[in-house]
Amino acid sequence: MYGNDFPADDTSSGLLGEVEAAETALREAAERGRHGAAGADPAAYFAEVIAADQKVEPRDWMPEAYRATLIRQIAQHAHSEIIGMQPEGNWITRAPSLKRKAILLAKVQDEAGHGLYLYAAAETLGVSRDELVDLLLAGRQKYSSIFNYPTLSWADMGTIGWLVDGAAIVNQVPLCRCSYGPYARAMIRICKEESFHQRQGYELLHTLAHGTPAQREMAQDSVNRWWYPSLAMFGPPDTDSTHSAQSMAWKIKRFSNDELRQRFVDMCVGQAEVLGLTLPDPALCWNDERGGYDFTQPDYAELMRVIKGAGPCNRQRMEHRRRAHREGAWVRAAAAAYAAKQASKKEQASKKEKVA
Amino acid sequence: MSEYSEPTSQPGGAPPAPLWEVFVRARRGLAHTHVGSLHAADAELALHNARDLYTRRQEGVSIWVLPAAAITASSPDEKDAFFDPAADKVYRHPTFYEVPEGAAHL
Repeated sequence: MYGNDFPADDTSSGLLGEVEAAETALREAAERGRHGAAGADPAAYFAEVIAADQKVEPRDWMPEAYRATLIRQIAQHAHSEIIGMQPEGNWITRAPSLKRKAILLAKVQDEAGHGLYLYAAAETLGVSRDELVDLLLAGRQKYSSIFNYPTLSWADMGTIGWLVDGAAIVNQVPLCRCSYGPYARAMIRICKEESFHQRQGYELLHTLAHGTPAQREMAQDSVNRWWYPSLAMFGPPDTDSTHSAQSMAWKIKRFSNDELRQRFVDMCVGQAEVLGLTLPDPALCWNDERGGYDFTQPDYAELMRVIKGAGPCNRQRMEHRRRAHREGAWVRAAAAAYAAKQASKKEQASKKEKVA
Repeated sequence: MSEYSEPTSQPGGAPPAPLWEVFVRARRGLAHTHVGSLHAADAELALHNARDLYTRRQEGVSIWVLPAAAITASSPDEKDAFFDPAADKVYRHPTFYEVPEGAAHL
């Protein structure tokens, strides 16, 4: 839809297939059309739109809590993309080859782009991007806990692509079917690009895992460090999740935290085997009855600590973001001054013309 | 994507850069399609930002940017009243007409 030309075999199966299916469903739902008035009872109309799996659009009536939930979620998601540039930005100057450097640059640029798509989606709900950025800088809105972990080795660039972006995709693919139109459309675009992120990471890690013993060890160490934080990305277990039930009813969220975490683990086991690396969980074992892997849960107390600001890199990430924002101020000011100057020149020229 | 409102300036800060809506022609022969929005100080920067944001993977051969404030949109509140005149004119569709058997090229 947005002109992404992926080879045909990519769309037939796997996560990209699901994104494609969500995109088709979006178009089909739109074609079913809706008649009837929103005017008399907007709440009933809103409920009907949700029930029919159709999209709520920016200027439609929506419950204030629906709007607030979306703003919070989309903003948090946007902030995560922006903060998420830092752990990988850390390695751009130290990439081992020009090819890897170009790939990493493209990936980090994508993260910025994803942040911008999401801020734009949030703005359709009546907040401004500047407001949201201020809330982030003031520490009043959160970003994903995962970005508060340090990237200690080059192998982390691979593991982030494989596990962190992999977990993000599992989380985000169902969001392509979110009931709020602008968010769903942004997610379709993002998921298509995330797929490149995941694959480049997997390839990087595969190369290291099949390299020298030292490279292999570096890859394994990296997976050991990122596995549990990646599992924690799906949020607290369903029994403790505060936002889930209402978000499910509104079709903002489609699956529970635990369902998505299970799906992620089931995907990763086979992928780890192909890499020849071990997932650091001795309890990992296939459960025939459940049709999924049993696994050790991440440390949710740690997750809460990291979310509350006590992770290894929270302070560094925020300081860096604040500094970058501050140091970019002159660029924004210069662009605005130039635009104002050009506009006034134009105005004077047109006045002269009128006089002449 | 921003169809709601112009952001207001924040207290103490510079006014935010204006919002632009971005339209991309994916390939020759196709119409420009709305792909999203962005902030930029002027049209030239908006065009450059649009290129970086929406066509990183050769998604387009041509881009339009226009100030979101310049768009006049129909209101969803009066959606039905606004589009009503078309609702009872089925005779505007070819399927309204019965074609006698044997009549070809219709």
